[in-house]
Amino acid sequence: MTKTSFVVANLFRKRTRTILTLLSVIMAFLLFGLLQSVNTVFNAGADFVGATRLMVQARVSFTSPLPISMVPKLESMPGVTRVAYQQWFGGVWQENTPLIMFSTDPGRYHDVYPEYVMADAQWQTFARTRTGMIAGKQLAEQYGWKIGQKIPIASNIYPQKNGSKAWAFDLVGIFDGKDEDWKKRTNLAYIQQDYFDEANQFGVKGRANFFVLKLADGANAEAISHSIDAMFENSPDETKTQTEKDFNISFVKQVGDIGLIVRWILFAVFFTLLLVVGNTMAQSVRERIPELAVLKTLGFTDGSVLGFVLAEAFALCLFGGLIGLVLASISSALVSKGTGGQFQLTLDGSVWLIGIVAIVLMSLAVGLLPALRARRLRIVDALAGR
Amino acid sequence: MTDSMVQVRNVVKVYERGKQKVEVLHGLNLEIPTGDFVALMGPSGSGKTTLLNLIGGLDQPTSGEIVVGGGRIDQLKGGELAHWRARHIGFVFQFYNLMPVLTAEGNVELPLLLTRLSAAQRRKNVAVALQVVGLTDRANHKPKELSGGQEQRVAIARALVSDPPLLVCDEPTGDLDRKTAEEILGLLQVLNREHGKTIVMVTHDPKAAEFARRTLHLEKGQLLEQTAQQAA
Repeated sequence: MTKTSFVVANLFRKRTRTILTLLSVIMAFLLFGLLQSVNTVFNAGADFVGATRLMVQARVSFTSPLPISMVPKLESMPGVTRVAYQQWFGGVWQENTPLIMFSTDPGRYHDVYPEYVMADAQWQTFARTRTGMIAGKQLAEQYGWKIGQKIPIASNIYPQKNGSKAWAFDLVGIFDGKDEDWKKRTNLAYIQQDYFDEANQFGVKGRANFFVLKLADGANAEAISHSIDAMFENSPDETKTQTEKDFNISFVKQVGDIGLIVRWILFAVFFTLLLVVGNTMAQSVRERIPELAVLKTLGFTDGSVLGFVLAEAFALCLFGGLIGLVLASISSALVSKGTGGQFQLTLDGSVWLIGIVAIVLMSLAVGLLPALRARRLRIVDALAGR
Repeated sequence: MTDSMVQVRNVVKVYERGKQKVEVLHGLNLEIPTGDFVALMGPSGSGKTTLLNLIGGLDQPTSGEIVVGGGRIDQLKGGELAHWRARHIGFVFQFYNLMPVLTAEGNVELPLLLTRLSAAQRRKNVAVALQVVGLTDRANHKPKELSGGQEQRVAIARALVSDPPLLVCDEPTGDLDRKTAEEILGLLQVLNREHGKTIVMVTHDPKAAEFARRTLHLEKGQLLEQTAQQAA
């Protein structure tokens, strides 16, 4: 027997109670892992994009398109080397699978996003084919698209002039990312802005949801942002300029403050868990006051007895927490696979690290009070049942 | 005296119960030679268990000195006293107080977790202790699978396993039938006579006291008389 096996034996003295408590810990950490990875995707997914680009959108919302005629003004700003623009297409593949799909000017897009790699010939074909479309490698592989195919895609926003929302594009290129981070962001597609402008019924001609500004090396992104917003202040098209990362975050936050929602859910989950596990630990210690007194009688110090109780709390949280996180990893992988990479949940190092910290903090929170009670026990009183 | 295992000098013990102070022992003096087997008798509330707790280092006197095995234990604090207990005292309780989650073997091994013995050496010592109490064949049974007498034997093995010079027994047969009680008392007698253990035993039972070498009577916190038994 070792001290560890003694701790484990004590933990499972009431097998059913321990298993139920363990299940609640597992469920809590499964939720924690999944929600935290969602939060990570929403908040830190664009960490690698840096500050070499600025995004300009309408001040009110990016859903109000800005006139493409602003491009020369933007491009004349000191520090801005090139401007691209993108218009949300609202693409839907087959029955009901939404696609991340924009219309754009091929040449400008190529200049502004050198991180996307595609053969020059394909860029050129995209530029001169009005019904052309390019797709990211991930997206193309997911649906088995090949260059030369006619890809039928519906738009959930824009009908064609004949009223039909069914569009068809010629796949003329498949682009990949220059590195692992960018390879993960190849789950999107682009069509020609000119064709979209002409063919859609709504007449959003000459407008785009946002502009992407490529900055010169060493350009002061903050100063340029302020200058652009100042330039269009009090005009019909007031702007909001931000870094690409901030833009990406605000884009996904259109559905709500994910971080806040996640925090509140996790707060509720962990608060409930604290009560459940804390009650289990307190009950477990209360039931064996005489046994703890015997341990002290045999020569175990107050500190050792405190350590035993804390170790039990830690073992319970660690065991349940790790199983929960592993299950969350598996579930995340299944979600990613199930959505064909559209929603890439992964439990990265930071989620595991926060999870481990949560395990330690929770062990202390649920174990410390019972452990201190065990430490303070007076042998004579405890043996006498006082 | 160099051959004294226990010396109690002018010991006073006062308990505080709320605002009330209750003096349980009043300047008690006692000497127990090494190798003795002493039964402590007296009515409830006479201070038997209090005296036993003081000798065993479970409690501290309000005043006075307690010397056990040549060292003053009334001056030891918390952790020091715990370490001292682990090395010098074996405890046997009325209700055995075994750990229900551990087997007999595990219970006996428990005090050895405080030593630096290897796992193999610990197992060896446990086997010897269980052999002494005649429970080798029950080593892998948990307390609930043992009879009361067997549980008390396990408790005695646990008290013995770290080879302490002094065994402190609080009503060790109080929960047992006569026949089993006599077996346990016989075992304590063997430990005293053949293994040289000094034993201090609290009991209400005069028949149990007869197994000791002598009996001390306490009343209202003071020693009254001493009775020497004939060797059984």
